[in-house]
Amino acid sequence: MSTQNTTRPDLNAVLAGFGGQGILFMGKAIAYAGLLDGREVSWLPSYGPEMRGGTANCSVCISDEQICSPLVTAPDALVVMNQPSFEKFVDTVKPGGVVVVESSIISAKVTRDDVTVHYVPATTLAEEHGLKGLANIILMGKLLAATGFATRETMADTIAKIVPAKKAHLIPRNIEAVELGFKY
Amino acid sequence: MRVLMKGNEALAEAAVRAGCRHFFGYPITPQTELAAYMAKRLPKIDGVFLQAESEIAAINMVLGAAAAGARVMTSSSSPGISLKTEGISYIAGSDLPALIINVQRGGPGLGGIQPSQADYWQATKAPGHGDLHILVFAPNSVQEMVDTVQNAFDLADEYRMPAMILADGMLGQMMEPVTLPDEGEIQLPQKPWATNGHGGNRPRNIANSLYIEAAELEHLVRERFARYAEIEQKHVQVEQIGVDDADFVVVAYGATARVCQAAVRAARAKGIKAGLLRPITLWPFPTQAIAEAANHVQAFLTVEMSMGQMVDDVRLAVNGKVPVAFYGRTGGIIPTPQEVLEQIEKIAEGGQA
Repeated sequence: MSTQNTTRPDLNAVLAGFGGQGILFMGKAIAYAGLLDGREVSWLPSYGPEMRGGTANCSVCISDEQICSPLVTAPDALVVMNQPSFEKFVDTVKPGGVVVVESSIISAKVTRDDVTVHYVPATTLAEEHGLKGLANIILMGKLLAATGFATRETMADTIAKIVPAKKAHLIPRNIEAVELGFKY
Repeated sequence: MRVLMKGNEALAEAAVRAGCRHFFGYPITPQTELAAYMAKRLPKIDGVFLQAESEIAAINMVLGAAAAGARVMTSSSSPGISLKTEGISYIAGSDLPALIINVQRGGPGLGGIQPSQADYWQATKAPGHGDLHILVFAPNSVQEMVDTVQNAFDLADEYRMPAMILADGMLGQMMEPVTLPDEGEIQLPQKPWATNGHGGNRPRNIANSLYIEAAELEHLVRERFARYAEIEQKHVQVEQIGVDDADFVVVAYGATARVCQAAVRAARAKGIKAGLLRPITLWPFPTQAIAEAANHVQAFLTVEMSMGQMVDDVRLAVNGKVPVAFYGRTGGIIPTPQEVLEQIEKIAEGGQA
Protein backbone atom coordinates (compact mmCIF):
# COMPACT_ATOMS: atom_id res chain seq x y z
CA MET A 1 0.00 0.00 0.00
CA SER A 2 2.72 2.50 0.71
CA THR A 3 5.95 3.19 -1.07
CA GLN A 4 9.24 4.28 0.40
CA ASN A 5 11.23 7.23 -0.90
CA THR A 6 8.93 8.39 -3.62
CA THR A 7 10.19 10.62 -6.37
CA ARG A 8 7.30 12.94 -5.65
CA PRO A 9 7.96 16.65 -5.32
CA ASP A 10 8.22 18.36 -1.96
CA LEU A 11 5.07 20.05 -0.72
CA ASN A 12 5.13 23.27 1.29
CA ALA A 13 1.49 24.15 1.68
CA VAL A 14 -0.63 26.67 3.52
CA LEU A 15 -4.28 25.83 4.12
CA ALA A 16 -6.56 28.57 5.37
CA GLY A 17 -10.19 29.38 6.03
CA PHE A 18 -12.69 29.87 8.84
CA GLY A 19 -12.45 27.84 12.02
CA GLY A 20 -14.88 24.93 11.59
CA GLN A 21 -14.30 24.37 7.88
CA GLY A 22 -11.98 21.46 8.57
CA ILE A 23 -8.77 23.27 7.67
CA LEU A 24 -6.68 21.59 10.36
CA PHE A 25 -8.14 18.16 9.53
CA MET A 26 -7.31 18.66 5.86
CA GLY A 27 -3.74 19.47 6.88
CA LYS A 28 -3.57 16.41 9.07
CA ALA A 29 -4.81 14.22 6.20
CA ILE A 30 -2.15 15.60 3.84
CA ALA A 31 0.59 15.11 6.44
CA TYR A 32 -0.64 11.60 7.19
CA ALA A 33 -0.49 10.69 3.49
CA GLY A 34 3.16 11.75 3.49
CA LEU A 35 3.73 9.63 6.59
CA LEU A 36 2.19 6.57 4.91
CA ASP A 37 4.54 7.14 1.98
CA GLY A 38 7.44 6.94 4.45
CA ARG A 39 8.40 10.58 3.91
CA GLU A 40 9.26 13.41 6.29
CA VAL A 41 6.25 15.54 7.18
CA SER A 42 5.30 18.42 9.46
CA TRP A 43 2.01 20.08 10.38
CA LEU A 44 1.93 23.40 12.19
CA PRO A 45 -1.38 25.04 13.09
CA SER A 46 -2.01 28.67 13.77
CA TYR A 47 -3.10 28.88 17.39
CA GLY A 48 -3.44 32.60 17.74
CA PRO A 49 -6.44 34.77 18.54
CA GLU A 50 -7.44 34.60 14.88
CA MET A 51 -8.86 31.15 15.59
CA ARG A 52 -11.74 32.75 17.45
CA GLY A 53 -14.06 33.62 14.58
CA GLY A 54 -11.48 34.73 12.04
CA THR A 55 -9.15 32.61 10.01
CA ALA A 56 -7.69 29.25 10.93
CA ASN A 57 -4.66 28.14 9.01
CA CYS A 58 -1.93 25.55 9.03
CA SER A 59 1.37 24.85 7.33
CA VAL A 60 2.03 21.37 5.97
CA CYS A 61 5.33 20.13 4.59
CA ILE A 62 6.15 16.83 2.89
CA SER A 63 9.69 16.08 1.78
CA ASP A 64 12.14 13.25 1.26
CA GLU A 65 14.63 15.23 3.33
CA GLN A 66 14.53 16.48 6.88
CA ILE A 67 12.13 19.43 7.12
CA CYS A 68 13.95 22.50 8.35
CA SER A 69 11.26 25.08 8.86
CA PRO A 70 7.75 23.78 9.54
CA LEU A 71 6.42 27.33 9.28
CA VAL A 72 5.64 27.93 5.63
CA THR A 73 5.94 31.61 4.73
CA ALA A 74 6.28 31.18 0.96
CA PRO A 75 4.06 28.22 0.04
CA ASP A 76 4.23 26.35 -3.25
CA ALA A 77 0.61 25.33 -2.71
CA LEU A 78 -2.25 27.24 -1.11
CA VAL A 79 -5.83 26.20 -0.36
CA VAL A 80 -8.11 29.05 0.68
CA MET A 81 -11.66 28.66 1.95
CA ASN A 82 -12.64 32.23 2.85
CA GLN A 83 -12.12 35.78 1.67
CA PRO A 84 -9.82 36.96 4.53
CA SER A 85 -7.49 34.00 3.91
CA PHE A 86 -7.54 34.70 0.19
CA GLU A 87 -6.46 38.28 0.85
CA LYS A 88 -3.85 37.30 3.42
CA PHE A 89 -2.10 34.48 1.57
CA VAL A 90 -2.47 34.73 -2.23
CA ASP A 91 0.49 37.10 -2.56
CA THR A 92 2.74 34.82 -0.47
CA VAL A 93 2.59 31.92 -2.95
CA LYS A 94 5.85 31.24 -4.77
CA PRO A 95 5.88 31.94 -8.50
CA GLY A 96 4.94 28.72 -10.28
CA GLY A 97 2.87 27.60 -7.31
CA VAL A 98 -0.67 26.25 -7.12
CA VAL A 99 -3.69 28.01 -5.61
CA VAL A 100 -6.95 26.17 -4.92
CA VAL A 101 -9.82 28.56 -4.25
CA GLU A 102 -13.17 27.63 -2.66
CA SER A 103 -15.15 29.55 -5.30
CA SER A 104 -18.61 29.02 -3.82
CA ILE A 105 -17.47 31.16 -0.86
CA ILE A 106 -14.80 33.39 -2.43
CA SER A 107 -15.94 35.53 -5.36
CA ALA A 108 -12.57 37.23 -5.90
CA LYS A 109 -10.24 36.13 -8.68
CA VAL A 110 -6.47 35.78 -8.45
CA THR A 111 -4.90 38.61 -10.45
CA ARG A 112 -1.39 37.14 -10.48
CA ASP A 113 -0.45 35.33 -13.68
CA ASP A 114 2.59 33.48 -12.30
CA VAL A 115 0.61 30.87 -10.35
CA THR A 116 -1.79 28.11 -11.43
CA VAL A 117 -5.25 28.73 -10.00
CA HIS A 118 -8.03 26.20 -9.60
CA TYR A 119 -11.48 27.51 -8.71
CA VAL A 120 -13.53 24.76 -7.09
CA PRO A 121 -17.04 25.51 -5.77
CA ALA A 122 -16.51 22.86 -3.11
CA THR A 123 -19.41 23.69 -0.77
CA THR A 124 -21.89 23.69 -3.67
CA LEU A 125 -20.40 20.47 -5.08
CA ALA A 126 -20.61 18.83 -1.67
CA GLU A 127 -24.29 19.70 -1.35
CA GLU A 128 -25.09 18.49 -4.88
CA HIS A 129 -23.44 15.14 -4.21
CA GLY A 130 -24.81 14.53 -0.73
CA LEU A 131 -21.40 15.19 0.81
CA LYS A 132 -22.34 18.07 3.08
CA GLY A 133 -19.47 19.10 5.33
CA LEU A 134 -16.80 17.60 3.09
CA ALA A 135 -15.90 20.70 1.07
CA ASN A 136 -12.44 20.59 2.66
CA ILE A 137 -11.89 17.03 1.42
CA ILE A 138 -13.05 17.97 -2.09
CA LEU A 139 -10.48 20.78 -2.14
CA MET A 140 -7.83 18.38 -0.88
CA GLY A 141 -8.69 16.11 -3.83
CA LYS A 142 -8.05 19.03 -6.17
CA LEU A 143 -4.75 19.80 -4.43
CA LEU A 144 -3.81 16.15 -4.83
CA ALA A 145 -4.49 16.33 -8.58
CA ALA A 146 -2.68 19.66 -8.94
CA THR A 147 0.48 18.81 -7.00
CA GLY A 148 0.71 15.01 -6.86
CA PHE A 149 1.81 15.10 -3.21
CA ALA A 150 0.66 11.45 -2.90
CA THR A 151 -1.15 8.80 -4.94
CA ARG A 152 -4.93 8.43 -4.84
CA GLU A 153 -4.41 4.98 -3.34
CA THR A 154 -2.33 6.44 -0.50
CA MET A 155 -5.00 9.09 -0.01
CA ALA A 156 -7.70 6.41 0.29
CA ASP A 157 -5.57 4.52 2.82
CA THR A 158 -5.06 7.78 4.70
CA ILE A 159 -8.79 8.48 4.90
CA ALA A 160 -9.39 4.97 6.23
CA LYS A 161 -6.79 5.57 8.94
CA ILE A 162 -7.62 9.05 10.12
CA VAL A 163 -11.43 9.03 10.10
CA PRO A 164 -12.23 8.24 13.74
CA ALA A 165 -13.57 4.73 14.41
CA LYS A 166 -16.87 6.18 15.64
CA LYS A 167 -17.36 7.71 12.19
CA ALA A 168 -16.11 4.77 10.12
CA HIS A 169 -19.31 4.85 8.06
CA LEU A 170 -18.08 8.19 6.64
CA ILE A 171 -14.98 6.66 5.02
CA PRO A 172 -16.61 5.92 1.62
CA ARG A 173 -18.07 9.43 1.49
CA ASN A 174 -14.69 10.98 2.26
CA ILE A 175 -13.07 8.91 -0.48
CA GLU A 176 -15.87 9.98 -2.85
CA ALA A 177 -15.14 13.61 -1.93
CA VAL A 178 -11.43 13.19 -2.72
CA GLU A 179 -12.30 11.70 -6.11
CA LEU A 180 -14.82 14.45 -6.83
CA GLY A 181 -12.22 17.14 -6.21
CA PHE A 182 -9.50 15.20 -8.00
CA LYS A 183 -11.55 15.01 -11.20
CA TYR A 184 -13.07 18.50 -11.04
CA MET B 1 6.42 2.43 13.92
CA ARG B 2 6.21 6.12 13.11
CA VAL B 3 3.09 7.93 14.25
CA LEU B 4 2.05 11.52 13.72
CA MET B 5 1.91 13.39 17.04
CA LYS B 6 1.74 16.91 18.36
CA GLY B 7 4.86 17.93 20.29
CA ASN B 8 2.97 18.56 23.52
CA GLU B 9 1.25 15.16 23.39
CA ALA B 10 4.45 13.38 22.41
CA LEU B 11 6.22 14.88 25.45
CA ALA B 12 3.43 13.56 27.67
CA GLU B 13 3.43 10.06 26.17
CA ALA B 14 7.23 9.92 26.34
CA ALA B 15 7.05 10.80 30.03
CA VAL B 16 4.53 8.04 30.66
CA ARG B 17 6.77 5.55 28.86
CA ALA B 18 9.72 6.77 30.91
CA GLY B 19 7.81 5.69 34.01
CA CYS B 20 6.28 9.01 35.06
CA ARG B 21 3.00 8.44 36.89
CA HIS B 22 2.63 11.81 38.63
CA PHE B 23 1.76 15.07 36.94
CA PHE B 24 0.80 18.35 38.60
CA GLY B 25 0.06 21.39 36.51
CA TYR B 26 -2.06 24.36 35.63
CA PRO B 27 -3.25 25.10 32.08
CA ILE B 28 -1.60 27.70 29.88
CA THR B 29 -1.28 28.17 26.11
CA PRO B 30 0.69 26.91 24.19
CA GLN B 31 1.35 23.98 26.54
CA THR B 32 -2.20 22.89 27.41
CA GLU B 33 -2.37 19.74 25.26
CA LEU B 34 0.39 18.21 27.39
CA ALA B 35 -1.65 18.46 30.58
CA ALA B 36 -4.85 17.47 28.75
CA TYR B 37 -3.12 14.33 27.48
CA MET B 38 -1.93 13.47 30.98
CA ALA B 39 -5.43 14.04 32.35
CA LYS B 40 -6.72 11.31 30.04
CA ARG B 41 -3.75 8.98 30.19
CA LEU B 42 -2.57 8.84 33.81
CA PRO B 43 -5.80 7.75 35.54
CA LYS B 44 -5.93 4.70 33.23
CA ILE B 45 -2.55 3.46 34.45
CA ASP B 46 -2.97 4.13 38.16
CA GLY B 47 -1.18 7.44 37.87
CA VAL B 48 -2.02 10.78 39.41
CA PHE B 49 -3.02 13.76 37.31
CA LEU B 50 -3.88 16.81 39.34
CA GLN B 51 -4.79 20.25 38.09
CA ALA B 52 -3.70 22.46 40.95
CA GLU B 53 -5.22 25.80 41.89
CA SER B 54 -2.11 27.60 40.64
CA GLU B 55 1.35 27.04 39.23
CA ILE B 56 2.81 27.65 42.68
CA ALA B 57 0.69 24.89 44.14
CA ALA B 58 1.58 22.57 41.27
CA ILE B 59 5.35 22.97 41.66
CA ASN B 60 5.09 22.37 45.40
CA MET B 61 3.12 19.19 44.73
CA VAL B 62 5.99 18.21 42.43
CA LEU B 63 8.37 18.86 45.32
CA GLY B 64 6.30 16.65 47.58
CA ALA B 65 6.01 13.79 45.10
CA ALA B 66 9.73 14.01 44.31
CA ALA B 67 10.55 13.87 48.02
CA ALA B 68 8.44 10.73 48.28
CA GLY B 69 10.52 9.18 45.48
CA ALA B 70 8.04 9.46 42.59
CA ARG B 71 9.11 10.13 39.00
CA VAL B 72 7.22 13.39 38.66
CA MET B 73 6.78 16.22 36.21
CA THR B 74 5.02 19.50 35.59
CA SER B 75 4.68 21.61 32.50
CA SER B 76 3.83 25.20 31.81
CA SER B 77 4.65 28.14 29.60
CA SER B 78 6.72 31.22 30.35
CA PRO B 79 4.52 33.23 32.78
CA GLY B 80 3.64 30.00 34.58
CA ILE B 81 7.30 29.02 34.85
CA SER B 82 8.03 32.36 36.53
CA LEU B 83 5.52 31.39 39.20
CA LYS B 84 7.22 28.03 39.61
CA THR B 85 10.71 29.42 40.14
CA GLU B 86 10.38 29.57 43.91
CA GLY B 87 9.48 25.88 43.97
CA ILE B 88 12.25 25.01 41.53
CA SER B 89 14.76 26.64 43.87
CA TYR B 90 13.34 24.65 46.81
CA ILE B 91 13.53 21.42 44.79
CA ALA B 92 17.15 22.16 43.88
CA GLY B 93 17.90 23.14 47.49
CA SER B 94 16.38 19.88 48.70
CA ASP B 95 18.39 17.82 46.19
CA LEU B 96 15.30 16.35 44.57
CA PRO B 97 14.81 15.18 40.97
CA ALA B 98 11.90 16.42 38.86
CA LEU B 99 11.15 17.28 35.24
CA ILE B 100 9.80 20.71 34.32
CA ILE B 101 8.71 21.52 30.79
CA ASN B 102 8.60 25.09 29.53
CA VAL B 103 6.78 25.51 26.21
CA GLN B 104 7.97 29.09 25.82
CA ARG B 105 5.81 31.96 24.62
CA GLY B 106 6.56 35.65 24.13
CA GLY B 107 7.15 37.83 27.17
CA PRO B 108 7.64 39.71 29.46
CA GLY B 109 4.50 39.74 31.55
CA LEU B 110 1.63 37.79 30.07
CA GLY B 111 3.29 38.63 26.76
CA GLY B 112 1.78 36.68 23.89
CA ILE B 113 1.06 33.06 23.07
CA GLN B 114 3.28 32.65 20.02
CA PRO B 115 6.66 30.82 20.07
CA SER B 116 9.61 32.45 21.83
CA GLN B 117 13.01 31.70 23.31
CA ALA B 118 13.11 34.63 25.69
CA ASP B 119 13.37 32.43 28.81
CA TYR B 120 16.95 31.31 28.11
CA TRP B 121 18.38 33.53 30.83
CA GLN B 122 15.77 32.35 33.30
CA ALA B 123 16.35 28.66 32.54
CA THR B 124 20.15 28.76 32.50
CA LYS B 125 21.05 31.58 34.89
CA ALA B 126 18.28 32.00 37.43
CA PRO B 127 15.66 29.26 37.43
CA GLY B 128 15.13 30.27 41.06
CA HIS B 129 16.99 32.24 43.70
CA GLY B 130 20.28 31.05 45.12
CA ASP B 131 23.42 29.33 43.89
CA LEU B 132 22.01 26.64 41.66
CA HIS B 133 21.77 25.08 38.24
CA ILE B 134 19.20 22.87 36.68
CA LEU B 135 19.73 20.63 33.66
CA VAL B 136 18.33 22.40 30.59
CA PHE B 137 17.62 20.52 27.36
CA ALA B 138 16.66 22.21 24.10
CA PRO B 139 15.44 19.63 21.57
CA ASN B 140 14.59 20.80 18.05
CA SER B 141 12.02 18.28 16.86
CA VAL B 142 9.12 16.23 18.18
CA GLN B 143 11.32 13.12 17.94
CA GLU B 144 14.17 14.72 19.85
CA MET B 145 11.76 15.95 22.52
CA VAL B 146 10.58 12.36 22.97
CA ASP B 147 14.14 11.05 23.09
CA THR B 148 15.10 13.72 25.63
CA VAL B 149 12.39 12.96 28.18
CA GLN B 150 13.78 9.72 29.58
CA ASN B 151 17.33 11.04 29.56
CA ALA B 152 16.20 14.14 31.45
CA PHE B 153 14.41 12.04 34.08
CA ASP B 154 17.40 9.70 34.42
CA LEU B 155 19.99 12.46 34.80
CA ALA B 156 17.73 14.28 37.25
CA ASP B 157 17.61 11.10 39.34
CA GLU B 158 21.32 10.43 39.03
CA TYR B 159 22.32 13.91 40.16
CA ARG B 160 19.28 14.60 42.35
CA MET B 161 18.37 17.89 40.71
CA PRO B 162 15.59 19.40 38.59
CA ALA B 163 15.75 19.06 34.80
CA MET B 164 13.99 21.30 32.33
CA ILE B 165 13.03 20.77 28.71
CA LEU B 166 13.02 24.22 27.16
CA ALA B 167 10.65 23.94 24.20
CA ASP B 168 8.60 26.64 22.52
CA GLY B 169 5.14 27.12 21.05
CA MET B 170 6.19 25.87 17.65
CA LEU B 171 7.63 22.59 18.93
CA GLY B 172 4.66 22.11 21.26
CA GLN B 173 1.98 22.76 18.66
CA MET B 174 3.45 21.09 15.58
CA MET B 175 2.90 17.50 14.50
CA GLU B 176 5.71 15.37 13.15
CA PRO B 177 6.29 11.66 12.70
CA VAL B 178 7.73 10.15 15.83
CA THR B 179 8.86 6.74 16.98
CA LEU B 180 7.99 6.26 20.63
CA PRO B 181 10.00 4.08 23.00
CA ASP B 182 8.45 0.71 23.83
CA GLU B 183 5.86 0.60 26.51
CA GLY B 184 7.35 -1.63 29.13
CA GLU B 185 8.18 -1.85 32.78
CA ILE B 186 10.66 0.87 33.64
CA GLN B 187 13.12 0.02 36.37
CA LEU B 188 13.48 3.26 38.31
CA PRO B 189 16.64 3.77 40.36
CA GLN B 190 16.61 3.13 44.09
CA LYS B 191 15.96 6.27 46.11
CA PRO B 192 17.14 5.50 49.63
CA TRP B 193 16.75 9.17 50.54
CA ALA B 194 13.00 9.21 49.77
CA THR B 195 10.64 10.33 52.52
CA ASN B 196 8.32 7.36 52.12
CA GLY B 197 6.88 4.84 54.54
CA HIS B 198 9.44 2.45 56.01
CA GLY B 199 7.71 0.77 58.93
CA GLY B 200 10.18 2.25 61.41
CA ASN B 201 12.96 0.10 59.91
CA ARG B 202 15.37 2.91 59.19
CA PRO B 203 16.09 6.43 60.40
CA ARG B 204 13.60 8.87 58.96
CA ASN B 205 14.50 10.87 55.86
CA ILE B 206 13.88 14.59 55.65
CA ALA B 207 13.54 16.72 52.52
CA ASN B 208 14.71 20.18 53.47
CA SER B 209 16.28 23.28 51.98
CA LEU B 210 16.68 25.31 55.19
CA TYR B 211 20.18 25.47 56.67
CA ILE B 212 20.60 28.11 59.37
CA GLU B 213 24.30 27.41 59.91
CA ALA B 214 26.21 29.32 57.22
CA ALA B 215 29.12 26.90 57.21
CA GLU B 216 26.79 23.95 56.74
CA LEU B 217 25.01 25.68 53.84
CA GLU B 218 28.28 26.65 52.18
CA HIS B 219 29.49 23.07 52.45
CA LEU B 220 26.28 21.79 50.90
CA VAL B 221 26.32 24.30 48.03
CA ARG B 222 29.97 23.47 47.32
CA GLU B 223 29.12 19.78 47.29
CA ARG B 224 26.32 20.51 44.82
CA PHE B 225 28.66 22.52 42.61
CA ALA B 226 31.09 19.59 42.55
CA ARG B 227 28.21 17.58 41.05
CA TYR B 228 27.55 20.41 38.58
CA ALA B 229 31.21 20.31 37.52
CA GLU B 230 30.92 16.58 36.84
CA ILE B 231 27.82 17.20 34.71
CA GLU B 232 29.67 19.88 32.74
CA GLN B 233 32.36 17.31 32.02
CA LYS B 234 30.12 14.40 31.13
CA HIS B 235 26.76 15.51 29.82
CA VAL B 236 27.15 18.32 27.29
CA GLN B 237 25.22 17.60 24.11
CA VAL B 238 25.77 19.50 20.89
CA GLU B 239 25.11 18.91 17.20
CA GLN B 240 27.54 20.31 14.64
CA ILE B 241 26.65 20.42 10.96
CA GLY B 242 29.36 21.49 8.54
CA VAL B 243 31.36 23.26 11.26
CA ASP B 244 34.70 21.54 10.47
CA ASP B 245 35.40 23.44 7.26
CA ALA B 246 33.17 26.45 7.97
CA ASP B 247 34.24 30.07 7.73
CA PHE B 248 31.04 31.24 9.41
CA VAL B 249 29.14 29.36 12.09
CA VAL B 250 25.55 29.95 13.11
CA VAL B 251 24.76 29.08 16.72
CA ALA B 252 21.08 28.40 17.44
CA TYR B 253 18.97 26.00 19.49
CA GLY B 254 15.49 24.50 19.40
CA ALA B 255 13.05 25.52 16.69
CA THR B 256 15.30 28.40 15.61
CA ALA B 257 18.08 25.92 14.83
CA ARG B 258 15.83 24.33 12.20
CA VAL B 259 15.26 27.68 10.51
CA CYS B 260 19.00 28.30 10.65
CA GLN B 261 19.75 24.90 9.16
CA ALA B 262 17.73 25.86 6.08
CA ALA B 263 19.63 29.17 5.92
CA VAL B 264 23.01 27.45 6.27
CA ARG B 265 22.08 25.03 3.49
CA ALA B 266 21.09 27.96 1.26
CA ALA B 267 24.35 29.78 2.11
CA ARG B 268 26.39 26.71 1.14
CA ALA B 269 24.48 26.57 -2.16
CA LYS B 270 25.65 30.14 -2.74
CA GLY B 271 29.27 29.18 -2.06
CA ILE B 272 29.48 30.56 1.50
CA LYS B 273 31.14 28.06 3.84
CA ALA B 274 28.57 28.20 6.63
CA GLY B 275 27.98 25.72 9.43
CA LEU B 276 25.51 25.20 12.23
CA LEU B 277 26.42 24.57 15.86
CA ARG B 278 23.34 23.56 17.84
CA PRO B 279 23.50 23.31 21.63
CA ILE B 280 21.18 20.47 22.70
CA THR B 281 21.96 21.05 26.36
CA LEU B 282 21.83 24.74 27.32
CA TRP B 283 23.08 23.94 30.79
CA PRO B 284 25.63 22.45 30.67
CA PHE B 285 26.51 24.73 27.74
CA PRO B 286 28.78 23.46 24.92
CA THR B 287 31.47 26.02 25.72
CA GLN B 288 34.30 23.80 24.56
CA ALA B 289 32.79 22.98 21.16
CA ILE B 290 32.31 26.70 20.50
CA ALA B 291 35.82 27.56 21.73
CA GLU B 292 37.28 24.93 19.40
CA ALA B 293 35.27 26.24 16.43
CA ALA B 294 36.49 29.75 17.28
CA ASN B 295 40.03 28.60 16.43
CA HIS B 296 39.22 28.24 12.74
CA VAL B 297 36.12 30.25 11.83
CA GLN B 298 36.03 33.93 10.84
CA ALA B 299 32.86 34.86 12.68
CA PHE B 300 29.86 33.52 14.53
CA LEU B 301 26.20 34.47 14.19
CA THR B 302 23.85 33.65 17.05
CA VAL B 303 20.17 33.52 16.15
CA GLU B 304 17.42 33.41 18.76
CA MET B 305 13.74 34.14 19.20
CA SER B 306 14.69 36.81 21.73
CA MET B 307 16.61 40.09 21.88
CA GLY B 308 19.80 38.12 22.49
CA GLN B 309 20.36 35.92 25.54
CA MET B 310 22.31 32.79 24.58
CA VAL B 311 24.62 35.10 22.60
CA ASP B 312 26.19 36.06 25.97
CA ASP B 313 27.31 32.47 26.52
CA VAL B 314 28.54 32.20 22.94
CA ARG B 315 30.66 35.33 23.43
CA LEU B 316 32.08 33.97 26.69
CA ALA B 317 33.01 30.74 24.91
CA VAL B 318 34.53 32.56 21.91
CA ASN B 319 36.42 34.78 24.38
CA GLY B 320 37.08 37.58 21.92
CA LYS B 321 38.90 35.44 19.34
CA VAL B 322 36.50 36.36 16.51
CA PRO B 323 33.39 38.55 16.20
CA VAL B 324 30.04 37.18 17.38
CA ALA B 325 27.03 38.78 15.69
CA PHE B 326 23.44 38.45 16.76
CA TYR B 327 20.13 38.29 14.95
CA GLY B 328 16.82 37.82 16.72
CA ARG B 329 13.08 38.16 16.38
CA THR B 330 10.95 38.44 19.45
CA GLY B 331 7.42 38.76 20.76
CA GLY B 332 6.33 35.55 19.05
CA ILE B 333 7.79 36.11 15.59
CA ILE B 334 9.68 33.18 14.10
CA PRO B 335 12.64 34.24 11.94
CA THR B 336 12.52 33.01 8.34
CA PRO B 337 15.35 31.13 6.64
CA GLN B 338 15.59 34.07 4.19
CA GLU B 339 16.19 36.58 7.01
CA VAL B 340 18.93 34.42 8.50
CA LEU B 341 20.51 33.87 5.09
CA GLU B 342 20.68 37.65 4.61
CA GLN B 343 22.52 37.95 7.94
CA ILE B 344 24.98 35.22 6.95
CA GLU B 345 25.61 36.97 3.64
CA LYS B 346 26.17 40.27 5.39
CA ILE B 347 28.77 38.72 7.69
CA ALA B 348 30.41 36.87 4.80
CA GLU B 349 30.77 40.19 2.97
CA GLY B 350 32.72 41.46 5.94
CA GLY B 351 30.05 43.65 7.45
CA GLN B 352 28.70 43.25 10.95
CA ALA B 353 25.17 41.93 11.28
